[in-house]
Amino acid sequence: MGSYIVKRILVSVPLLLIISFLTFVLINLSPLDPAEVVLQAQGVPEITEELLEQTKEELGLDKPFILRYFDWFISSLQLDFGESYINGKPVWSLIGPAFLNTLKLTLISSIAIIFMSILLGVTCALKEGQVIDKSIRGFSFVLTAMPSYWLATIMIWYVSVKLDLLPTSGMVSYSSYILPVIVITISYAGIYFRNIRSSMLNNLNEDYVLYGRASGLPEKKITMHILRNSLQVSISIFGMAIPIILGSTVVIENVFAWPGLGSLSVKAILGRDFPIIQAYVLILAAAFVLFNTISDIINAFMNPKLRNDL
Amino acid sequence: MRILRNLSRDRLATISLLIIAVTIIAGIFAPLFAPFDPNEINMSLRYASPSWEHLLGNDHLGRCILSRIIYGIRPSVLWVLVVLFISVLAGAILGFLAGYFRGKIDAIIMRICDTMLSFPGYVMALAVIGILGVGLENILIAFALIKWAWFARVIRTSVMQYAELDYVKFSKATGISDFKIIFKHIVPVTFSDIAVISSGSIGSMILQISGFSFLGLGIQAPNPEWGMMLNEAREVMFTRPELMLAPGLAIVIVVSAFNFLSDSLQVALDPKLVISKNKYKENSPYSAVKVREKEVAN
Repeated sequence: MGSYIVKRILVSVPLLLIISFLTFVLINLSPLDPAEVVLQAQGVPEITEELLEQTKEELGLDKPFILRYFDWFISSLQLDFGESYINGKPVWSLIGPAFLNTLKLTLISSIAIIFMSILLGVTCALKEGQVIDKSIRGFSFVLTAMPSYWLATIMIWYVSVKLDLLPTSGMVSYSSYILPVIVITISYAGIYFRNIRSSMLNNLNEDYVLYGRASGLPEKKITMHILRNSLQVSISIFGMAIPIILGSTVVIENVFAWPGLGSLSVKAILGRDFPIIQAYVLILAAAFVLFNTISDIINAFMNPKLRNDL
Repeated sequence: MRILRNLSRDRLATISLLIIAVTIIAGIFAPLFAPFDPNEINMSLRYASPSWEHLLGNDHLGRCILSRIIYGIRPSVLWVLVVLFISVLAGAILGFLAGYFRGKIDAIIMRICDTMLSFPGYVMALAVIGILGVGLENILIAFALIKWAWFARVIRTSVMQYAELDYVKFSKATGISDFKIIFKHIVPVTFSDIAVISSGSIGSMILQISGFSFLGLGIQAPNPEWGMMLNEAREVMFTRPELMLAPGLAIVIVVSAFNFLSDSLQVALDPKLVISKNKYKENSPYSAVKVREKEVAN
């Protein structure tokens, strides 16, 4: 197990390096001249050749590409991502708190997703083929076809405006979490509960269940055994879901005006604020790799067969 | 033919297929089907409720919503299908190369795929849009760039299970060229896998791309697109919530139709599933490929 963990972590390090390089290359592929973007953002009325040269020097854009990459990489490690082109603030002071807000939303939603997936998955598996199973599955089918932002807007309109129960947007109190978490849970639990359901159903056909029944074990105890064996799936779902949600809360955050990475990045894209886009991609990719590594390690811990995969 | 027969036995699949066909035809021939010009502004009809002339009513600029929905099929559905086709094609070419020839070429292609897949797709798409600027073409480019790796990986798995079979080995031994073997013996058998894989991801792609348009990163006004229509409706949602209805339902119906069709296709293409329907056991070797893309919801 120890050697697996070491190997798994060693695999992620070069991946992170490649990702950081790709991020840098991507931004430098832009057809726009960053110096021009900065000057436009600062509202300079007339952009002259001299001014462009001067800004390039200030931004260090006159250095060769590889050197710039190393400078950027080393300062990124120290969480120094440069300054926003638009308002001149350090990128980390904008992106750090935003990342934390997104992370909070993601973690709480993941817990809700796991809870709902297990509840629905187990219910459906135990009542397989009955009305309740069919209706839950049918309903989830329609729910997963709904655009999450549409659902979110309808909920804001109904719950926050019509009934006036919850705040419409922003992150003002704990009640602000309720609507975004519900919307995210609906769009993901509808997918993941199927995995739990099928895992339960597979376990139902195992020999140990037959043996338990044959030796007269009460049905409740058998269910507990099945549940424990199916739970492994839910842990790997948890590992899978966190990084995916972290990267795809963009739309939900914008609808609810959640002060997270999603809102920040869309604003940065519309304003062509490259340092923020760069830092956003790098941080999320790093978080993605980190969570994937952790979930792989947990999976290998639960299932020794996976340890030989590397 | 067998596939169509199996599909037609499934009533839901038939309905889904019908909805999709109607949508695609209406999209291609939008000028014929749309009763009005989608961009024609008519302030006297501002927020008009549905009438016989304008079946779905009019929006904040008095434009005919039905016409806008019909024209919106083009960016919301047709272009998504084009992008899907391109990324499946790219994924299939690389997947066949990797899965059939194995060795070094396989290792290289798979390492590239691994790196691509280690980026969260959504973030990658945002980054590409950030660099190229907003616009529908850039969203489509971003999606083609992020999707091929996943298709390449799954198609490779599908190819690999056939490339090792005896009849392929026999063909190799008799000196038939590799490309002939691929086209004659492997493409036909993997085709059903590819069909299921690609149809399974249409739904989520439509949702994601309309989501980007909803954020204002996609097609620019005044061109109609379902996500963007929802974004316009959101601005007046406190006073005119009914404007959210038509474009939202359009997305739900089309995405549901694609999802149902993909599920039925999976059953129709696999004779073992047709007989036993849902009752198969996990260890029955029905397909080594995980067919459903559940990578990102929306």
